[in-house]
Amino acid sequence: MSKIPLQFRHNGRDVAIFVDGGTNLLVALRELIGDMTPKFGCGQGGCGTCSVLIDGELHLSCLTLAETVAGRSVETLDGMKQGPNLHPLQRAFADNFAAQCGYCTPGMLMAAKALLDRNPSPSRDEVVEAISGNICRCTGYEPIVNAILAAAGGRVSA
Amino acid sequence: MTRHRGRGMASINYPIGMNLGGDPSQALVHSNPSGKFTVALSSIDLGQGMKSVTRQICAETLGVPVEDVYVDTADSDTGPHCMGSFASRGTHRVGNAVMAAAREARGVMMEAAAEELEVNAADLETDGRGNIHVKGAPHRSISTKDVAIAAQFKQGKTISGRGIFLVPLSNVDPETGEMSPATCYAHACLVAEVEVDDETGEVAMVRMDSAYELGRALNPRLVEQQLVGGAWMGVSHALYETPEPYYPDPAHGPRDFVEYLMPGPGDICPHDIAVLERPAPDGPFGAKGPGEMCANPVLPAVANAIFNAVGVRIDDLPITPEKVLRAIKAQGGARPQARR
Repeated sequence: MSKIPLQFRHNGRDVAIFVDGGTNLLVALRELIGDMTPKFGCGQGGCGTCSVLIDGELHLSCLTLAETVAGRSVETLDGMKQGPNLHPLQRAFADNFAAQCGYCTPGMLMAAKALLDRNPSPSRDEVVEAISGNICRCTGYEPIVNAILAAAGGRVSA
Repeated sequence: MTRHRGRGMASINYPIGMNLGGDPSQALVHSNPSGKFTVALSSIDLGQGMKSVTRQICAETLGVPVEDVYVDTADSDTGPHCMGSFASRGTHRVGNAVMAAAREARGVMMEAAAEELEVNAADLETDGRGNIHVKGAPHRSISTKDVAIAAQFKQGKTISGRGIFLVPLSNVDPETGEMSPATCYAHACLVAEVEVDDETGEVAMVRMDSAYELGRALNPRLVEQQLVGGAWMGVSHALYETPEPYYPDPAHGPRDFVEYLMPGPGDICPHDIAVLERPAPDGPFGAKGPGEMCANPVLPAVANAIFNAVGVRIDDLPITPEKVLRAIKAQGGARPQARR
């Protein structure tokens, strides 16, 4: 199978790679670009840990054909922290003990960012709705919901 | 169609660790010339916080700041032996081993400091901020870093310690079957309130209230996160998860997260938790273990709450809508029990 040249923006930086037809975005990010922050959970859209933002919209990278992001902007957890400083959402996750094993955390953070980017003051129900495509085994979700509400309300430690 | 509310409770005693082979764990503690300490373990932190708790235990025992201790669980091939991370044994078993190792390392550190300060080691104390000084004379002081440098380059000593925790094996009495499988028990009580839909058989969690007695909570926030998260694993086992829903044919089992059900963020309910601290005599700083037990009382409490709501007694997990509905039909309709 011939390789397809693919260019897109990855966390604000232009990248150019060659992909096989049918390669999904998760594999392209992890294996061709080396961004390991989107995780492989189920590979079929059932767990949410591979979530990324494409032009600001939340997508499951395991179900997205890599070639469909040509010319578009892809954001992953790797691009979230601002220089040496954690993003307020990351800080709020730490403050609220919203991670234990951490495997769901990249997807949770991207789903939360997608929500707060379009709705900076969500209700509790809106937060629950926003992360409803993401499975967490350890936390019972409550600390994650609290963390997102804390970040939205500016209640994060320095 | 009616939704029936029901309340159920369960109490548990939970043994910490197990009896097999005495359930041992080992720890090694050593300092490097920077005066920072490394704890080597083969025990694994799965996110439950064992690295944080053993770090606290080591720092407290050595008398140094927690920032000066690093816990290395990198390699179970080359690390000291551990039975594993299960049976709520990490804090209790591994914590005790770390404490023993840190105590031995502290002894060497104090001897090395005594040699530098030209005093008797028994006259020295740590200030918890990285210094060792003569009791009652804080100006006669040396930093742990300078002690470590002296030990390494002048005295030719390793500031290190070995620790193991092993419970004497309890054999089964061949006549009575009696034995003492554990030395330390934690206790919990949980009340679950549910809502059962008698048309669909669905069970929704309304709220949980619980009390846990787990020795001293060495890190209260980590204890809380275990109890909050673990309760939902209990709900998941009570109402959702099974690898073989139509046992005995595994071919009908779920193949992925779409079919293997777990609660989602929309299924959670308020959970009020009280932690009671009664220090365990043989626990590190009185700690027991808040691991597995945080899931256990939820299952019987939910089953009892369903009985209270609609009068059906389901004794086969998970309690799926199908089982609830069949049981309600078999008894000719929902029979709500008295509210307690």
